[in-house]
Amino acid sequence: MSTEVTASAEPGTGDTDRGVASVIERCRAEGRAALVGYLPVGFPDVETSIRAMVAMVESGVDIVEIGLPYSDPVIDGPVIQRATEAALRAGTHVVDGFRAARAVRDAGAPPLVMSYWNLILRRGVDRYAAELAAAGGAGLITPDLIPDEAADWIAASDREGLDRVFLVAPSSTPERLSRVTAASRGFVYAASTMGVTGERASVGPAARDLVERTRALTELPVCVGLGVSNGDQAAELAEYADGVIVGTAFVRALTGDGQDGDVEARLEAVRELARDLARGVRERRQS
Amino acid sequence: MTAGRFGDFGGRYVPEALIPALDELDEARRSAMADPTFLDELDRLHRTYTGRPSIITEVPRFAEHAGGARIILKREDLNHTGSHKINNVLAQALLTKRMGKTRVIAETGAGQHGVATATAAALMGLDCTVYMGKVDTERQALNVARMRMLGAEVVPVDHGSATLKDAINEALRDWVAAVDTTHYLIGTVTGPHPFPEMVRDFHRIIGVEAREQVLEHTGRLPDVVVACVGGGSNAMGIFHRFIEDEGVRLVGVEAGGEGLEGRHAARFASATPGVLHGAMSYLMQDEDGQTVESHSVSAGLDYPSVGPEHSYLRDTGRAEYVYATDDEAMEAFALLCRTEGIIPALESAHGLAGALHLGRELGPDAIILVNLSGRGDKDMHTAAEWFGLVDDVVEDDEIVPPGESDDPGATGDGRTQL
Repeated sequence: MSTEVTASAEPGTGDTDRGVASVIERCRAEGRAALVGYLPVGFPDVETSIRAMVAMVESGVDIVEIGLPYSDPVIDGPVIQRATEAALRAGTHVVDGFRAARAVRDAGAPPLVMSYWNLILRRGVDRYAAELAAAGGAGLITPDLIPDEAADWIAASDREGLDRVFLVAPSSTPERLSRVTAASRGFVYAASTMGVTGERASVGPAARDLVERTRALTELPVCVGLGVSNGDQAAELAEYADGVIVGTAFVRALTGDGQDGDVEARLEAVRELARDLARGVRERRQS
Repeated sequence: MTAGRFGDFGGRYVPEALIPALDELDEARRSAMADPTFLDELDRLHRTYTGRPSIITEVPRFAEHAGGARIILKREDLNHTGSHKINNVLAQALLTKRMGKTRVIAETGAGQHGVATATAAALMGLDCTVYMGKVDTERQALNVARMRMLGAEVVPVDHGSATLKDAINEALRDWVAAVDTTHYLIGTVTGPHPFPEMVRDFHRIIGVEAREQVLEHTGRLPDVVVACVGGGSNAMGIFHRFIEDEGVRLVGVEAGGEGLEGRHAARFASATPGVLHGAMSYLMQDEDGQTVESHSVSAGLDYPSVGPEHSYLRDTGRAEYVYATDDEAMEAFALLCRTEGIIPALESAHGLAGALHLGRELGPDAIILVNLSGRGDKDMHTAAEWFGLVDDVVEDDEIVPPGESDDPGATGDGRTQL
């Protein structure tokens, strides 16, 4: 079965294997959900962030979401805000995302860049898409770009064979779900709760309802994000989602508990979290 | 091309989660604007609460310094709460009730829109939360007290640069989480569609009244309409009725801050198109697309982007945009005080500075209409420091805060109000 379903356009002339479809397909074949791990590039510095992304891949993360730090991150909660502010203060640039993408691809996982739209717009949508593809990138997750505003990006991603991951939310109407799923490629990102990124004690029934409503409209995989912080929560989501997206918990692990300087301990915390989540997505547990 | 575009500008660059709320708002404001009950209620509030129509005042002693051109002020400073902001706030608060929502949130730079929103919330029995940069809450303790006195919760925002743009970010985060019960009462003609169009329409009354008043007073239309432009709501409000009057020049005055060599908020003189807070418009940004912080002596003009319709009017040539530096604005501020006995808001003083230039350019036959968007009581601390009026008091931090902060992000001057 193919997961390359797009209603908006042909896949184009690019290398369609660049995207995440084959990885999610493989996870499905293994009877489990895919594990998607987020870290912002440049936190605490570019080198360490890339090492941490590679460590995630080595410890069981299937797809890496590389965040580009942005001055006005309206969908991020306090933990990721603090990390991306620090990354910007440390002089992180948009091009550092390409280095991270190359490293993640070389480590064996497809890298998706998560970026607020103005950074892509400023570089030029066509130029960015070509550079990302050349760096081994799998595509873009765009939290503040809706398909209605995305004509340039849809054309560029078709041309380069890049995935375009748009978001759906519990508030999404059937019309919006149709529009978003039709424009998406790779997977659909279901934001489990109404709110910003961050860990939550429970992801809640809204996520399951949203996944079911989305699935009714598309054959694309549906991955769930916002709020997951441990293997047990991942297991609950894996019961009904094609992928589980974890961000804030990884950032917190890499932030450490005020243990300045002990980078190796923080990288080990990232590995440990990845292993726990990788166990979770293989368990599939009734919530 | 999607809905809510002004040429290439505007649009909706927001999380998908907010789209249903924006659609609901768009539908609600369209039906409200066609509903006599809503319009009558708004009209009643304008007359019996705000004090509309606001008068016009010709200022001949001030105009002597402007090449002798006739200068006429539209007195939005006389509205309840002291500025044009109340026009939009009352209308959006009515819409909030119409949509069955019970809570409003707002951003504020240093107080003016926050106070207006808290006022409308008190009047209509709505819960109210105002987000304000922490740096600004410290420098504007009195305005925080005003909002709290009116029953609003004021939340200091201490991340990012801890100023207006971060207050907007935090308000957007609140809105996503609470959109079922909450309306985000945006205070200017920016943000995602339908805000720029809707807020403009709620301020359009300024130009509708002024056009009629100037015709009656002088027997003809003005040669130029001048207004300061931060986000640009007072300017869109007075410009819009004149757009079809081809002979009338529309001039927006941005904050030139320390001048283009230093820190400023002259977006049209320096910026390129980009996306911030949901809209495509001219934006002060670096090579990577990160927002660059603006600066002005007037916090109401201290914003790195501008309403998208202004970008459209600028690129099509229908409106012109110039800037006045802090020095020029303070000079015009003092001049209006001393020649006419009217203390303008520092924001409005930028418009006055623009009028002084235009008058000298156009000569004594010209008629210049200036939107005096707000009053300057709130700016007395800045003025006192600038002109050295209270040097025996400035030393006392308890009475007059220093207006400075150790926060490295506190590059703006938050002593005035948005």
